[in-house]
Amino acid sequence: MSQQLMKFHLLLAVLLLWLVAGCGLSGSGQSDSDAETTRITLTGSSTIAPLANEIGKRFEAQHPHVRVDVQTGGSSRGVADVRRGLASIGMVSRELAERESDLQNFTIARDGVCLIVHESNPIESLTDEQVVAIYSGQADNWQDVGGSDAAITVVNKAEGRSTLELFCSYFKLDSKTIQADVVIGDNEQGIKTVAGNPGSIGYVSIGSAEFNREHGVPIKLLPIAGIAPSQARVADGSFPLARPLNLVTRETPTGVVQQFIEFAQSAEVHDLVEELSFVPLQ
Amino acid sequence: MSPSSKDRLLTTLLQALAAVVGLLVLLIFAFLIRESTPAMTQVGLSRFVADESWHPSADAAHGSFNLLPILAGTLLTSAGAILVAAPLGIFSAVFCQLYAPPSLGWLYRRMIELMAGVPSVVYGLWGLVVLVPWIAALHPPGPSLLAGIMILALMILPTVALLADAALASVPREYLQGAAALGLSRNTTTCQILLPAARSGLVTAVILALVRAIGETMAVLMVCGNVVRMPASLFDPVRTLTSTIALEMGYARDDHRAALFACGLVLLVAVAVLIVFAELFSRRKTHAAA
Repeated sequence: MSQQLMKFHLLLAVLLLWLVAGCGLSGSGQSDSDAETTRITLTGSSTIAPLANEIGKRFEAQHPHVRVDVQTGGSSRGVADVRRGLASIGMVSRELAERESDLQNFTIARDGVCLIVHESNPIESLTDEQVVAIYSGQADNWQDVGGSDAAITVVNKAEGRSTLELFCSYFKLDSKTIQADVVIGDNEQGIKTVAGNPGSIGYVSIGSAEFNREHGVPIKLLPIAGIAPSQARVADGSFPLARPLNLVTRETPTGVVQQFIEFAQSAEVHDLVEELSFVPLQ
Repeated sequence: MSPSSKDRLLTTLLQALAAVVGLLVLLIFAFLIRESTPAMTQVGLSRFVADESWHPSADAAHGSFNLLPILAGTLLTSAGAILVAAPLGIFSAVFCQLYAPPSLGWLYRRMIELMAGVPSVVYGLWGLVVLVPWIAALHPPGPSLLAGIMILALMILPTVALLADAALASVPREYLQGAAALGLSRNTTTCQILLPAARSGLVTAVILALVRAIGETMAVLMVCGNVVRMPASLFDPVRTLTSTIALEMGYARDDHRAALFACGLVLLVAVAVLIVFAELFSRRKTHAAA
């Protein structure tokens, strides 16, 4: 009997805990909105999100009454959310298109994309035409582009990624015509895939590629149009395959949003930009 | 509080909790159907099988939505994995029940349980940095249907082994004692008595493992190559339903998003069908016993 009673009490306790947890969750939202807490919501590019997170933490430390909330979902979502007023700031990791000129744009850093091959690959450079031939399936052996006799494994990014858009627009490729052997999500997966397969070629963020190269990962960064990929070349704008990391707003920002954007563009966050292997603006 | 009123309270409480759980499943179904409705109306079922490729866009008119290669990817990886894992799991359970000394059997079971607890992303990482380069050396590109099958087989092996072990353990001891009294060999006991008697439990084990294989995402995403194309051989890359959702969800809007929810719906229906099969098999056993 007493054992049964104990079980019953245990059950009650679990139920209570559940209820309390439920209330706690819904309650926390309320306590934020009242008082004097201001919330800045950023949505968009998953490339910018980690940087925005770090900048947000530092900004919160300086402004205790501000909460910075960062959500990912891709550059397109950033634009859409800002237009619909769902986010105060959108994160867009590409040049704004013409049809997006209604938005206010603030560049906070730059990111370069470079081609990588395995360290053991004798290829030292590829012309733009050769890259196009490889990605459109006309060249499927390294011999076709002056390398050794080995099959080419084409590593491509998943549909919708802004790196893919940047790559396609520079090389004037249609993403539908790319003949990929492997489709990857993020940079790290791309670097691991290329490092694990001597015949592969892929494209990733220069920052991530340099970081991994310095830490002994067997990959080689290829020049594009004769320009060797490096952070410095991205910073001075001479590297062709690069993109700006932008914050966008619907109207001219005011108040904390304006303060946040100015802070994100200031030299105070350059260490964070470099830490995440992006290139700060000069 | 009298015992009878406590009883009533407990009954009500338990009924309420059970209702919450049941309701959750129905809500998930309803949510998936609601979210994928735009895909059904804007894109239409026929385009999911007749379009020339999978290049979805936010606007149904501009994208193409052929789901067949992705569906094939899910079926091939799961079926391949179960073909590898089912014999391994079932025979290791037979070993555990009939051949292993009790102490070794105990140790063996604990190890399989440990294996079941390894997070899928760990298997995926191992697959990406070890298994895929092996396959690449054998036959490039490396990330392939074969890699997916092997990683999935590894992951569902403990499910098959543990459930099969439980199914074999529930075979009445009298059967085995009877077999021993008749002087049957261990081989005959296994093949003619133990396995047929545990058949429904073994089928359930295989089906539940298959369900787990179909739903697995992270490890598959890391080793399969994710190219949307009908694989012509074991060394070709494949894309599964789950990795499509994981890869594209962050970037999908409107009709594309709805198409991904449709993928989710397909998964849920496939799993539901398998569970009904598992249930039918276990029913048959109960009736036979009665």
